[in-house]
Amino acid sequence: MTVQTLEVPDTKILTLPPEDVILQVRNLDFYYGAKQALFSVTAGFKRKAVTALIGPSGCGKSTLLRTLNRMYSLYPGQRAEGQVLLEGEDVLARSVDLAALRARVGMVFQKPTPFPMSIFENVAYGVRLYERLSKADMAQRVEESLRRAALWEEVKDKLKDSGLGLSGGQQQRLCVARAIAVRPEVLLLDEPASALDPISTARLEETISELKADYTVIIVTHNMSQAARLSDHTGFMYLGHMVEFGETDQVFTSPATTRARDYITGRFG
Amino acid sequence: MTAAGLTVERAPRPRARGAVFDRAFEYACFAAATLLLSALGGLIFSLAIGGWPAFAKFGPAFFVRSTWNPVTEVYGASGAIVGTLVSSGLALLLALPLAMGVAIFLVELCPASLRRPIGTAVELLAGIPSIVYGMWGLFVFAPWFGRHIEVPAMTAAPPGSLWETLTTGVPNGTGILAASVILAIMILPFIAATLRELLLAIPPAVRESAYGLGSTRFEVIRKVSLPYVRIGAVGAIMLGLGRALGETMAVTFIIGNAHGFPTSIFASGATIASTIANEFAEATSDMHTAALIALGLVLFVITFAVLALARLMIAREAAR
Repeated sequence: MTVQTLEVPDTKILTLPPEDVILQVRNLDFYYGAKQALFSVTAGFKRKAVTALIGPSGCGKSTLLRTLNRMYSLYPGQRAEGQVLLEGEDVLARSVDLAALRARVGMVFQKPTPFPMSIFENVAYGVRLYERLSKADMAQRVEESLRRAALWEEVKDKLKDSGLGLSGGQQQRLCVARAIAVRPEVLLLDEPASALDPISTARLEETISELKADYTVIIVTHNMSQAARLSDHTGFMYLGHMVEFGETDQVFTSPATTRARDYITGRFG
Repeated sequence: MTAAGLTVERAPRPRARGAVFDRAFEYACFAAATLLLSALGGLIFSLAIGGWPAFAKFGPAFFVRSTWNPVTEVYGASGAIVGTLVSSGLALLLALPLAMGVAIFLVELCPASLRRPIGTAVELLAGIPSIVYGMWGLFVFAPWFGRHIEVPAMTAAPPGSLWETLTTGVPNGTGILAASVILAIMILPFIAATLRELLLAIPPAVRESAYGLGSTRFEVIRKVSLPYVRIGAVGAIMLGLGRALGETMAVTFIIGNAHGFPTSIFASGATIASTIANEFAEATSDMHTAALIALGLVLFVITFAVLALARLMIAREAAR
């Protein structure tokens, strides 16, 4: 009996042409206090495309996402080392205006997080922070955002009602509308469909695929078929390392690394 | 192997005993609840009976008249009622912004190393007996307050202005405003601690969402965190107000204990609780005792009204 050994690389990271990349991560380490959570992660996120981040729980997907808009800076003791460049600007620099950065890099969370105000005000909230719009312009911006989030038809007659009164799926789409209303360049989605029923999930996925015409979307998901359906690029992470990053079709049909292949074919994770 | 072989013999549970115990438990809980209710009912009943002679003799004038004269046996409660409402209201006005500042600082801004010491200090403040506040208020705070607040405020008042009217009095440091300040210090830890718990209960993701849209810290606190806790905050405020309304010892020490309708915040005054505490032991006539018990009933009704109002506000907010 012969043992066949295959030449399989440990990691394989696709390098995109620099002009296509809006957000470039290079050799990124991340620490929660003394505990290191990311190890020299490198990835380039393509402009106006959807990139999915997959991997088992605790692999660092959400941590990576929280580095991209410096959300971790809210918590003392968390720090990142390496390079994150948004259109060539260093996101990790001490001098960065965090509020302005987060207006450019929006985020939607796992659980819906409507603010305690009306549906209209929820969507208008972020816009008011950075733009002085007339009443009519604001109404138009809110409508446009709600339409893009596929929520308009359901709420157009009750914009003055509290956002907290919507169903879970509606609340999540409200949060998407709120995030896109400020017209960010990049939209980070942290398992946005994990708390939703299948119908709401389908709606949300439709929304996401429409968004990529104008936005760069980075989505963390546990749902492999969702990643395969939605994304142009996929990054597979494991134990804080970016193991494989490439075209979604290639990653799912012929993964180059053993770890990615094992995970995708369901051998672990 | 037959299907019968799969059944498991199980010892029967002593159902009957369980049911009896269950029933007994239900009755015990019911008894505890009704005992409390009947105690409340008995309290109101005995206050009403005890105060009845005063209500019967003075009628509605009891609530309107401000004369309180044990020598001529004429009793009117309006001075004490207004004194109670004004001193508690002012106390709330002073304590609320401070309590909000403390709570927001502890939850949103405070470096981790300071969080415990300050939190503990707030809790300690809540634990100081009111008699200690009273003594400190009279011997330490009042002289300072008279010299550095009352005298300058009175000298600076333009003649004939509302300011002058409101600050008339003897600048010895005791009086309605001084009592309000002491009350404010006393209720501050309660309001601050409750607000802090409320702010801590906001899901981190909600706060992060607000930051995620590009809000500054102040915008997050003002537009998201505070509105998020507003229903609970009503409860916290009412808790503080309820305590201020009924506070006796500290107020008795420092309010000056003068009967009559208060017209100035520097003047001596009285609250319902301070009047009762001062006079109950020395009330020799039956009418005096009855008038004091009637005052007690009035305080009870005011406190109850505050509580009911809080409930109403919370219910309305929650329905929105």
